[in-house]
Amino acid sequence: MMDGSGLSISGKDERQGAVKDASKDGGYVTEDGRQIGGVLMELRNITLKFGGVVAIKDISFDIREGEIRAIIGPNGAGKSSMLNIISGFYTPSEGELWYKGAKRPPMKPYEVARLGVARTFQNIALFEGMTVLDNVMTGRLTHMKAGIASQALWWGKARDEEIANREIVEKVIDFLEIQSIRKTPVGRLPYGLKKRVELARALAAEPSLLLLDEPMAGMNVEEKEDMSRFILDVNDEFGTTICLIEHDMGVVMDLSDRVVVMDYGKKIGDGPPGEVRSNQDVIDAYLGVAH
Amino acid sequence: MAYMSEGAAGLRSVPALLKRNAESFADRPAYREKEFGIWQSWSWAETQEEIEAFALGLINLGVARGDHIAVIGRNRPTLYWSMVAAQMAGAVPVPLYQDAVADEMDYVLKHCGARFVIAADQEQVDKVIEIQPGLHQFEHMIYVDPRGMRKYDHRALHDYAHVQAQGRAARDELIGELEARRSALGYDDTCVMLYTSGTTGKPKGVVLSNRNIIETAKASSEFDHLTPGEEVLAYLPMAWVGDFIFSIGQAYWNGFCVNCPESAETMMTDLREIAPSYYFAPPRVFETQLTQIMIRMEDAGAVKRKLFHHFLGHAKVVGPKILDGRPVGMMERLKYALGEFMVYGPLKNTLGFSRVRVGYTAGEAIGPEIFDFYRALGINLKQLYGQTEASVFITQQPDNEVRPDTVGVPSPGVEIRIAESGEVFYRSPGVFVEYYKNAESTAGTKDAEGWVATGDAGFIEEATGHLRIIDRAKDVGKMADGALFAPKYVENKLKFYPNILEAVVFGNGRDRCTAFINIDLTAVGNWAERNNIAYASYQELAGHPKVLDAIQSHVEEVNASVAQDEMLSGCQIHRFLVLHKELDADDGELTRTRKVRRNIIAEKYADLVTALYDGSESIYTETEVTYEDGRKGRIRATLAIRDAQVVPVAPMRVAAE
Repeated sequence: MMDGSGLSISGKDERQGAVKDASKDGGYVTEDGRQIGGVLMELRNITLKFGGVVAIKDISFDIREGEIRAIIGPNGAGKSSMLNIISGFYTPSEGELWYKGAKRPPMKPYEVARLGVARTFQNIALFEGMTVLDNVMTGRLTHMKAGIASQALWWGKARDEEIANREIVEKVIDFLEIQSIRKTPVGRLPYGLKKRVELARALAAEPSLLLLDEPMAGMNVEEKEDMSRFILDVNDEFGTTICLIEHDMGVVMDLSDRVVVMDYGKKIGDGPPGEVRSNQDVIDAYLGVAH
Repeated sequence: MAYMSEGAAGLRSVPALLKRNAESFADRPAYREKEFGIWQSWSWAETQEEIEAFALGLINLGVARGDHIAVIGRNRPTLYWSMVAAQMAGAVPVPLYQDAVADEMDYVLKHCGARFVIAADQEQVDKVIEIQPGLHQFEHMIYVDPRGMRKYDHRALHDYAHVQAQGRAARDELIGELEARRSALGYDDTCVMLYTSGTTGKPKGVVLSNRNIIETAKASSEFDHLTPGEEVLAYLPMAWVGDFIFSIGQAYWNGFCVNCPESAETMMTDLREIAPSYYFAPPRVFETQLTQIMIRMEDAGAVKRKLFHHFLGHAKVVGPKILDGRPVGMMERLKYALGEFMVYGPLKNTLGFSRVRVGYTAGEAIGPEIFDFYRALGINLKQLYGQTEASVFITQQPDNEVRPDTVGVPSPGVEIRIAESGEVFYRSPGVFVEYYKNAESTAGTKDAEGWVATGDAGFIEEATGHLRIIDRAKDVGKMADGALFAPKYVENKLKFYPNILEAVVFGNGRDRCTAFINIDLTAVGNWAERNNIAYASYQELAGHPKVLDAIQSHVEEVNASVAQDEMLSGCQIHRFLVLHKELDADDGELTRTRKVRRNIIAEKYADLVTALYDGSESIYTETEVTYEDGRKGRIRATLAIRDAQVVPVAPMRVAAE
């Protein structure tokens, strides 16, 4: 049974990414009364260029401990590029990333993953031929340290590790209510469930920062409601910090604590949903302006 | 049996049985539940400790003797423990259907005046909170799964684990009180109160005493020679009397293990993993499984399919005979053994029926073809006939005397009487005490001598002593020409076809019979896929001309079969239509146990019934539907009405038709 008081899935007491002294950094309290902590990740003056194309131009914002942070913007605004910078897929041309109070040097994606950043993809990136369980187990890879020989023989350390990790994976499966497809190959699942499996894999890594790239894209209303529920539950039960990109405005406004709005690679708004909604620049970007 | 004497020696309540089991079967498993992918188990000794701790917690919360405690949720050990803990604390458990909408729950909670509610999860808690303002006696709610409950107002809301922990902490202080309440439980005290799903009118609270439950559990266990080694899977609604008898009455009497599935969706996998030795399912579950087998065989390779059909044909001939111990030739037996190895064995294993020693079906008549299918595979599937008011058992089929068209001989201790009108009456130690706060209904159902009216029409076969049920007494009618009208008989024949999920036959007082048909989306959808028929919705598929053709051929086959029964040949279906929506309990068209509510359907779709009789070729209709979350919507459709060929009834056999 899910332990109500534990904040991480494995029930460890401390949050992996907790900023040591949140009060000094000044958190805030959300509308529904949740205490948001200090800065978990800060992006300072990020610029990203592909040759002559400037995808992201001088953007700064931060993601705080325990919040749901959304990045929105029209097509081509640079949202996914932004997420790829955070997850280490892209290295910014200029600017700095600060993570857990330290400057993060350019890194490979797997190194970023080891730091506790997990993500899902806009176009599902699961192993289609493998079962749901095996896919979710891959989310634990960064936590497994046994050598190849030990793993091949399933002996000693590898065995103990797998049992411990399976326990965490089973808790995630229970949490996301996918028990009935545990042994089903992912390729046979409908789209909405695949999205949920991807979330499960990301969650299994017990991330301190969870990146979701359009978690609701292509879903029907019921699937969106389910997914929203799960995102809120993840944030609530595990205290996971979530940064998501989403097109569905209703979803974004309901889910997120703070929103960054991008347009043509620039930041045009940043703040709580209500504030962003009434920002003239944002309205212009979405509805268009007469030139 | 050794147990017999124990009944007199103080085993006069479920908590008393628990105590005996915790001593006699201390280390044997009492409960298992699959969670986090593993079967977790609790021995009888552990179970007793868990239940005691929770009972202490309940007393600590202020539960008084005679209080009603509602229990809502899917089958989980914690909820079974809650019911026994309530009994231990001197209270009366009232299990509720977990899929009941808030309104239905409101009625029951008000009627029983529950002071405490034990709810499985957030979904159930939300429903109770919604109706809470109207519940004047309600005080505390306890939830089992804490997920999503963090932000709720916890002044009158408690975590199951906390209540239990507080019970453990207060043990020394309260154990004396608990002992006093437990030992005060008498044979005639209320054991449980179950609300009947109510085919008509508001649900009624059936009060069953410890005597009812324990006597019934004892008699039925002896009838089927149940042992402490049985394994059962608890997956049927906890509010249903059958589940209470199997998972609590018989389980505690015999000391066998109750297994709870991981979730409703994993039921089939869990069934296979547990492979119960004693199994109960309503006909619908068997129907669904058969439909799935047939669909999957259609998709199998040609060799496998041929093999399957060949051996199944053989099994249908000799399987039931072998099961009943009747003489069968050597070659036939050999072939059956080969079939067991190649087809029946693997099939039973897939279905989770490898170890079934005693299987029962009841609740509704099962299609003979479905029944024979399972018997042919060598599964000892039997029928029983029962009611909430009888603590389930009225009649049941003994081993070796199983036939699809009877419901068996009177259960041990049950007396049966057939009234002039054909209605079946019974009297037994299991007969309920009363309907709660409803003396009028009690008097209307149970007479001074203890005879209870079943509401079903039937007769006892002279030769065998078996009871045959024709239909609900109020549904059996006469057609305009005086012929017998037994709608369920025809409906059951229709429902055997995998394509047909539900059927409602009309014809009482009319000159001919007509029918509404519901297609089975799984079966017809699969068929449509294989035949390249595109469809966007249930409604479109249901109205597709090719689907109508297929249904028409089924109806005509049924007509041919109905025509062979002299008594009922008037019940052939002359015209039918395929409904544009699935009949649903949320719309009040079915009961929660999925029985058709004939009158409500006739009333709701009066326009369609009229069209069936006025000869029109199609009809436009609008229907209100209720979604799962309680919102309402309307669907519109134009339905085609088809004429089906009927077999002319003797004596006037007409050559040309």
